[in-house]
Amino acid sequence: MFAIGPIGFHAPELLAGLLALPLLWWLLRAVPPAAVTRRFPAVTLLLGLKDPESTPDKTPWWLLLLRMLALAAIIIGFAGPVLNPRAVGKSSARPLLILADASWASARDWADRVARIGDVLEQADMQGRPAAVILLTRGPRETAELPFRAARDWKAALPSLTPAPWEPDYLPLVARLERLTKQARVFDTIWLSDGLKRPGRGKLAKVLGRHGEVTVLQSSQPVFALAPSVFRDGKIRITALRENSGPARPFRIQAFGPDPAGIERRLASAGGSFAAGERRAELVLSLPTDLLNRITRFEIAGQHSAGAVTLSDDALKRRKVVLFSDSAPREGQELLSPLHYLRKALQDTASLIEAPLEQALLAAPDVVILADVGKLAPLDRDALTRWVRKGGLLIRFAGPRLAAMNLPFGERDPLLPVVLRPGGRNVGGAMSWGSPRHLLAFDKESPFFGLAIPDDVTVSSQVVAQPGPDLSARTIASLQDGTPLVTRASLGKGQVVLFHVTANAEWSTLPLSGLFVKMLERLAVTTRGAALGPEDLKGRNWKPERVLDAYGVVHKADDLPAVGGDRLAVGMTGPDMPPGTYRNRGQQYALNVIAADRSLAPAAWPAGTRLGPMVARHEQPMKGWLLAVALLLMGLDILATLWVAGRLSGVRGAVLGILALGLVLIPQPPAMAQTVPEQLAIKATRDTVLAYVITGNPDIDATSRDGLRGLSQVLAQRTAIEPAAPIGVDLEKDELAFFPLIYWPISGDQALPSKQAVSRINAYLQSGGMILFDTRDADISAFGGTTAAGQRLRQIANSLDIPPLEPVPADHVLTRSFYLLQSFPGRFANGDVWVEAAPPDAVKLEGMPFRNLNDGVSPVVIGGNDWASAWAMGRNGEYLYPVGRGGYAGERQREMAFRFGVNLVMYVLTGNYKSDQVHVPALLQRLGQ
Amino acid sequence: MNNNAPSTRARLRRAAEEQAARFPPLLAEAQHLALSITHGSHGRRQEGMGDEFWQYRPAQPGDQRGRIDWRRSARGDVHFIRQHEWQAAQSVLMWVDDGLSMRFSGYPNARPTKHDRASVLALSLAILLLRGGERVGMMQDGTPPRTGRTQIERLLVQMTGPQPEQDHARLMPRPLPRGARVVMFSDFLGDLDEVESTLQRAAGQGAGGALVQVLDPVEESFPYDGRTRFHSMSGKVKFETLRARGLRQAYLEKLAARKDRLGTIARHAGWRYVCHHTDASAQQALMWLISGFRRGR
Repeated sequence: MFAIGPIGFHAPELLAGLLALPLLWWLLRAVPPAAVTRRFPAVTLLLGLKDPESTPDKTPWWLLLLRMLALAAIIIGFAGPVLNPRAVGKSSARPLLILADASWASARDWADRVARIGDVLEQADMQGRPAAVILLTRGPRETAELPFRAARDWKAALPSLTPAPWEPDYLPLVARLERLTKQARVFDTIWLSDGLKRPGRGKLAKVLGRHGEVTVLQSSQPVFALAPSVFRDGKIRITALRENSGPARPFRIQAFGPDPAGIERRLASAGGSFAAGERRAELVLSLPTDLLNRITRFEIAGQHSAGAVTLSDDALKRRKVVLFSDSAPREGQELLSPLHYLRKALQDTASLIEAPLEQALLAAPDVVILADVGKLAPLDRDALTRWVRKGGLLIRFAGPRLAAMNLPFGERDPLLPVVLRPGGRNVGGAMSWGSPRHLLAFDKESPFFGLAIPDDVTVSSQVVAQPGPDLSARTIASLQDGTPLVTRASLGKGQVVLFHVTANAEWSTLPLSGLFVKMLERLAVTTRGAALGPEDLKGRNWKPERVLDAYGVVHKADDLPAVGGDRLAVGMTGPDMPPGTYRNRGQQYALNVIAADRSLAPAAWPAGTRLGPMVARHEQPMKGWLLAVALLLMGLDILATLWVAGRLSGVRGAVLGILALGLVLIPQPPAMAQTVPEQLAIKATRDTVLAYVITGNPDIDATSRDGLRGLSQVLAQRTAIEPAAPIGVDLEKDELAFFPLIYWPISGDQALPSKQAVSRINAYLQSGGMILFDTRDADISAFGGTTAAGQRLRQIANSLDIPPLEPVPADHVLTRSFYLLQSFPGRFANGDVWVEAAPPDAVKLEGMPFRNLNDGVSPVVIGGNDWASAWAMGRNGEYLYPVGRGGYAGERQREMAFRFGVNLVMYVLTGNYKSDQVHVPALLQRLGQ
Repeated sequence: MNNNAPSTRARLRRAAEEQAARFPPLLAEAQHLALSITHGSHGRRQEGMGDEFWQYRPAQPGDQRGRIDWRRSARGDVHFIRQHEWQAAQSVLMWVDDGLSMRFSGYPNARPTKHDRASVLALSLAILLLRGGERVGMMQDGTPPRTGRTQIERLLVQMTGPQPEQDHARLMPRPLPRGARVVMFSDFLGDLDEVESTLQRAAGQGAGGALVQVLDPVEESFPYDGRTRFHSMSGKVKFETLRARGLRQAYLEKLAARKDRLGTIARHAGWRYVCHHTDASAQQALMWLISGFRRGR
């Protein structure tokens, strides 16, 4: 196909016609515009007059140009121009390997990718090439052979291809290909890349290049990703990444999390911008703690990929910690303050509240730390106890005041995990014999288990617990001589932890060491501390809680196995470990697709790799457009010619102009869509209206309309119901709630309603609507025979919410809602009519001819008597279809059909009114009993 | 010829019916127009032959004895002669150009053709005159002017006769009754020499009259432009121009010269001349004509 830029031509030889244009120009220029012929009686006066201008009146240049353009458009149009012609590849019989990165970065345009794979497969199918589709994130399924199959077979599998929220691994495929080489398999490759640089990509491309031609299809859309959020200096820092350092580009980050009612909402949103040439952009968010604690994930708005989502774990959660100490601040002696080290240890990871206890408790803190507090005021103590019992964590540090606290014997402070001996002890002080004690390695049960104990942590003073049977169980850290250093006891739902040393460096060097911070973290681990490091993860099993799919959508992960901490520490997401949040007891760890140190870069391909765009541009034939343009130009030419010739003047000109413009503009579709539902609603609710389902079969629809029109007329004549003209409803589009009764003729070739339509029909049936199903086959379906319409009805009804049915019993309200009826004929008389089954406990009252059936109107009436045909009336009231046999009998049957219709509509509109006992005497009289 | 006869007859018949269809409107229009003119006494204001009493005058020597009105004379000593007002009916001859040129309207459906307007004017004038007891006739046919209502129908038939084929009707030299008046309706776009000679001859026969030039406004304004091929109503005369607008000035000058000449011809013959446009009110022209009769011209 001959092509100029993105436009190809089916018949390029026609373009030679363009060469004739200059000639035509010259010709047209020489010919003056056609003369207007006018009758003019005074022509005799004109005889002998000379034209004042000697030069002939030439066609103006712009008119010529207009005509040339029109002609050029026609020539080009007929040359069959096509925008983005589908390149007909070299027909090759080589197998085709289709590789797709199928990573999180592919998720944002996965539909395009699948469509592209479909295109490629279709082409391969046409050329008879076998094909194989391999998603690089899915790992090798087969080991040796590449799964070459007929391209058509792969097409069926296309919808099941999904991207994965991790990085593709190229090396296994390289290894596979290395093995293949020996068999000298030759194939071409089309690689749908996500455009990111990864190790192994170049190698795989090279290996593939050895087998055949490699074409890489890449999207030109930039890839965006979000690095994990970091909390520092009271602010959240989020780093957005992109793969190419293009021009400046703004982005928007949204934070999601549950609102107080537990419903996921967007909690915050902030905009940032990539500077031109930068691949990273940092956004600083400052949020109130309440909000911060609720955030579960950040997203780049509009980027639907797992990479653009970063889950937040406990690292973001900031607990409210109350620090409280009795000791009055001693001016200038910061380092001696019992709270100084606590402040330093906690200020990055928690929001600290330092206030009088009763006020601080009002802020609903998560943790209260009391440093060297002896006796609490009774009010404070009670409040604190209540708070701990509700689930609070109280951490106390010893100190001179605590040591000096002297409780009466046998009395136990509930806010201390153990009973303390008064006084405490000194080890390794100037006045003692011993040397400062070191810490004993943490026990397995201890929450501190696994923390390394630095050598320089020594304890020189402590408070000592009274020995007791439960002391060892309550000890979670002890000195080398076995005396408890940290004890813990639960109180109600909460717990109390006591450090037997001070929170400052007076009694031990513990507050000076990193261990102190880690211990606090582990406690608050419990209290959600700083981000978990690899060593925190190791040795424990982590259960996935929620996982991300490649599109960045969060799913519950109930059925996924737990992941070992060692694996989690590696951090690479993979098939065995999807990104998500993982939980081990109280701790939560967020594993994100994008690691903190990740940066994105565009993929580098070996020289000679063919690159193509991702989106298969569809062929757009431009012939129609060009011809339309030509037509438009010609229309303009008509107007212009008329104008030049002086015939376009006054009213006639205006009319012509409007006509010409109108001709040009008519093809635009009329804009009216919006108001259609409203019109329908108004039409349907202004009067009682019977409705029928538009089946798409024009004959059936016309019969339904005529039938309901006939029934409406009969209703208007005989009853108080005066329906308006019937309305046809489209189940797929129209609202049904307006109609008391919908007539639904069933034919065997009718399309099944869509899911939306089914749910709408169900809602209609449940909210008191009624559908009269008519299979119109009672003449042939009797005695259990099944027709196509009957089968179709079963298929339709399968998805509908239809109660158990029974043939209309003799005492059904339908038999007496207006007329007393025994049968319900339509055009056919012998078909059964089914309605909702009466409740089995309905009983016949003494002396009553009917059972007591006071509840409910059957939502469906099903039959096959082709009622619409029997009812059908033309506009002048003539019957359209013959009914029954013979004159009188037929008309009698038609009358009965109308009576059924009247009864049915009465039944729909009045419910079981006629079933009420009040009517029984009258009915009895009429029944002649 | 025999073959053609039926078809010719049919054509004539159809044309006649088409024309007849226009009778009532034309007549009605003419009558309507005539009604709008207040019809004054049409006596000659001098003694002569007539029915109306004019005056008694004393008999003078030389008067015939039989003319003495004895009843009047018996009341006095003087003999009176009863004189009647001279009521000798006048002959008025109409000439309506029925050439194709007159069938032109610059704005069909909205403006009457020149011929229509001329016919209406002529008919209404005839109605007025007949009401005044004058004799009216058409100059085209040889029939002498007559009086009476039926003459209107005859005139109508004359005016709505079949369409001729030439652009301008020829003026036939015709002996005129003594003292006749002639009213000529035409666009006078044809040969003026013929008009001049006719007028001179009529003046020689002692006939006075009026020339009414009926023109369409289009002929006055010449609103054409561009390359145009003009042809006369019959298509016999053609003229092509490349730029019609350029000719406008010259055309208007020629038209003005023609009007001038018509005026001169009329003045020399002692006739009156007026130029009437089809978009103007017909009443105006009728008033002008009637006033001329009142003044005895």
